[in-house]
Amino acid sequence: MDTHDRYSQYDRTKLTPVRSLRPIRLLLAAATAALTLTAALTTPLNPAPQRAQAAADDGKDVLTVAVAQSVDSLSPFLATRLVSTSIHRLMYEYLTNYDPKDNHAVPGLATKWEPSADKLTWTYTIRDNSKWSDGKQATAEDAAWTFNKMMTDEGAATANGSFVANFRKVTAPSPTKLVIELKKPQATMAALDVPIVPKHVWENVGDFSKFNNDKTFPIVGNGPFVITDYAPDSFVRLKANTSFWRGAPKFDELVFRYYKDQDAAVAALRKGEVSFVAGAPALTPAQAASLKGEENIKVNDAPGRRFYALATNPGARAKNGEKFGDGHESLLDQKVRQALFMAVDRKTIIDRVFQGHAVEGEGYIPPRFSTYHWKPTDGQKLSYAPDKASQLLDQAGYKKNADGKRVGKDGKPINYRILCHATDPQDKAVGKYLQEWWGELGIGVTLNCLDNVTDPWLAGEYDLAFDGWSVNPDPDFVLSIHTCAALPATPKDTGATDNFICDKQYDELYEKQLAEYDPAKRADLVKQMESRLYDTGYMNVMAYPNAVEAYRTDQIESIMTMPQDAGNIYGQDGYWGWWSATPAADGEAASEESSSAGVIIGIVAGVVVLAGAGAFFTMRRRATAEDRE
Amino acid sequence: MTAEATPSLVEKTDGPAEAGPSVHGPRARTRTAYLRYVAGKVGGAAVSLLAVLVTSFFLFRLIPGDPVKYMTGGRQVSAEQLAAYRREFGLDLPLWQQFTEYCGKALTGDLGTSYQFNAPVIDKITEALPNTLLLTGTAFVLYTALGVFLGTRAAWRHGRLGDRLNTGLALTLYSIPSFWLGLLLIIVFSVGIGPIPGLFPTGGMESGGEEGFAYVLDVAHHLILPVITLVAVEYGQTLLVTRSALLDEMGSDYLTTARAKGLRDDLVRRRHAVPNAMLPTVTLIFVNLGRTVAGVILVETVFSWPGLGGLFYQALSVPDLPLVQGLFFIFAAAVIVMNTLADLIYPLLDPRVGR
Repeated sequence: MDTHDRYSQYDRTKLTPVRSLRPIRLLLAAATAALTLTAALTTPLNPAPQRAQAAADDGKDVLTVAVAQSVDSLSPFLATRLVSTSIHRLMYEYLTNYDPKDNHAVPGLATKWEPSADKLTWTYTIRDNSKWSDGKQATAEDAAWTFNKMMTDEGAATANGSFVANFRKVTAPSPTKLVIELKKPQATMAALDVPIVPKHVWENVGDFSKFNNDKTFPIVGNGPFVITDYAPDSFVRLKANTSFWRGAPKFDELVFRYYKDQDAAVAALRKGEVSFVAGAPALTPAQAASLKGEENIKVNDAPGRRFYALATNPGARAKNGEKFGDGHESLLDQKVRQALFMAVDRKTIIDRVFQGHAVEGEGYIPPRFSTYHWKPTDGQKLSYAPDKASQLLDQAGYKKNADGKRVGKDGKPINYRILCHATDPQDKAVGKYLQEWWGELGIGVTLNCLDNVTDPWLAGEYDLAFDGWSVNPDPDFVLSIHTCAALPATPKDTGATDNFICDKQYDELYEKQLAEYDPAKRADLVKQMESRLYDTGYMNVMAYPNAVEAYRTDQIESIMTMPQDAGNIYGQDGYWGWWSATPAADGEAASEESSSAGVIIGIVAGVVVLAGAGAFFTMRRRATAEDRE
Repeated sequence: MTAEATPSLVEKTDGPAEAGPSVHGPRARTRTAYLRYVAGKVGGAAVSLLAVLVTSFFLFRLIPGDPVKYMTGGRQVSAEQLAAYRREFGLDLPLWQQFTEYCGKALTGDLGTSYQFNAPVIDKITEALPNTLLLTGTAFVLYTALGVFLGTRAAWRHGRLGDRLNTGLALTLYSIPSFWLGLLLIIVFSVGIGPIPGLFPTGGMESGGEEGFAYVLDVAHHLILPVITLVAVEYGQTLLVTRSALLDEMGSDYLTTARAKGLRDDLVRRRHAVPNAMLPTVTLIFVNLGRTVAGVILVETVFSWPGLGGLFYQALSVPDLPLVQGLFFIFAAAVIVMNTLADLIYPLLDPRVGR
């Protein structure tokens, strides 16, 4: 469908009616007072513009990140937005983490994990050197309590309930031992992205569906940072947890500041008010281009975790066998699906639409997840070849009529409706190209760009659709959405399915990989699934968009990307980036002084202008009667 | 604004020629008439409010999209979780039942729970309302004062260079899209260009971590650019309305009389012309005052101001029905209340109204 990224009390100048003052003068005075007051507020007393900078007055190193989302909830049981879950990564340890080099599971709160011989019991060893920020020891009991809460309380299962769906029982026989019993084998047990919360704090919570964890600060946690302050729709402030078991972060404070407008965020980066801009979900090519070559700014054009695909409607159906929707019957033919994809010039899409900020798509899982990334073999590959595509369509029996239009089995010219996100300029641009390319094949294209594609999507009322998902280090979820089990129970229900794919061969491989505890063998099975998916032509990956982000090198000396060689920073699976970031040596002291001086100049100029304007109007008033006569 | 209107009333009763009729009868009759007028206006407002309450429920259910599908879209959710969401939001109930529940709760001041923030709607609104009022309120005072001031000047010297410059500038600024102007101000005055230093923050309402007076200063510092943006694009309207209203009065005989009495020109303007020309401006002022509550989506977005406008946008994109309904009701209520207040004030400004 779409990626998960988509997903008072102040200066009130009162107009007190003072009789002796004449109304106009009163207004003038009030307006001047208001402006002068606000101007005066910017005196060096308050060097706010540079507050966010790496080197602040009080010697604290602050790293400010401009984010494009506001926090939905600070409760890990409710939060679903990327900004919130990224922050939870920093607040709480998970059982395991992902290696920044190649995403394999590495110790988090657990130091070791192993399955039983029957594959149904997993035993985790919990580390004894992780303390909650209030001084209490983090134990297996906290983990067991967290999972049990999610299994028993509907409200607590809101965000991450799917992780415990296959759990039978969770116990903590000792403070360092956690035992999870499963209903059936599950290979993803080292990829449980569930924040473990302190039982002694959370057991007092009443209604988990309403508790947002945003009233008492600091919030008790055991991750690399601790939240100390939060203003809804504005910012989240965290301070370094100096007793973090992996070692204290190098920055003293980390602030996530919400910028509703990304051009303003880019301006803030240029100014140095923020150290990092993530974009939403990436900087646009224009923004990236404007920052390139700028002194002290690095644009990180990193391989992304998303794929961008053209999904076909394989004939929507429910688990009970009922068919629904109105997908074009010609798309049920594999040859047609493949022919269509062969007429898509992926290189042009990368060059023109993404302006180079993407990688040409092949297999389902993006290359940054090297363990699972798969490429089609030479014989299998559906390269761009419009002539071959034309032949393939002829073979499939969809021939051109006298007008040069291909006709369907019903004798009518073929015209496909493509679902596109009205808010996504890429969808529209690619759609225009498809109209051109497929038009040459003799196939008509109608772009159906909607604000809300969910309704026709779930009703199966489309022929093709632009599709994209953010992929996790463990591919289970993005694979599961193409299984028959994910179909809706009846046409009225909503299933987890992405676009109603139900393929027996694929499903068999899916079951096998889920029960395969040997990483190498599992990776091989996953690749076979990708190969199968590629051949079916249901999901045609056109591109892997890059994660384009930027930061100030005069504030951040170094920061770990993920994957480490060439990867992104914001929205990593893990806390590596923010935890590893080191402040630049002497920060911005110089620029701060100059801009304080700037503030003074600005105020003086403002006051002079205002005074001048005031004087001008007063004089005009004096000049009154004589003037008119 | 009131500062402008009040003295004019004082002037009237002070004037020796205007000593009111001392007969008891007509005055009592006037008062009854006024009370009847007030009752009519207030009653009408109450009916409008009720209508808004009802409409907002059905209106926003016409937005395509299922909030549960949207919120769980792109995530790993089980059928049980989906059902739980529906139960939680009351979306599994028939529409009429949802409606009666909504009305019952609304009458007790409970506007429901936001889907996306899992928090009471009233909390989300009270959280953002002061922010919005601070921004739009400050801007309102400034642009109204500026608009009325420049409008009267422009009318009084209409046709002259000053008038043409003033009116031209106001029209130009009035036609500039606010987000574009805001972005321009950020680039010039926040980031700084050439010799102009970056004086103001690029967005937000506070730097965070400030307390007491430092906090007030910090907020004021963040307030300047968005307020300037709003004042620049808004004052033109007040200016033009004030100017044209005053121009209508300019040729009136009573002004000639006033001049003939030997009054100074600006006294003629202030005591005689302006009070009579205020009616359209007062209407506009109250309409603007009502609008201040709704916030300003574009300016709030450009400056990342945590106000109601931005909240409304976030609510609509889900659609977060309880939050949308709650905000819509508050916005509509503010406009209705302000319009009613304006209606109540007219008879005081112009005794012919409400007779």
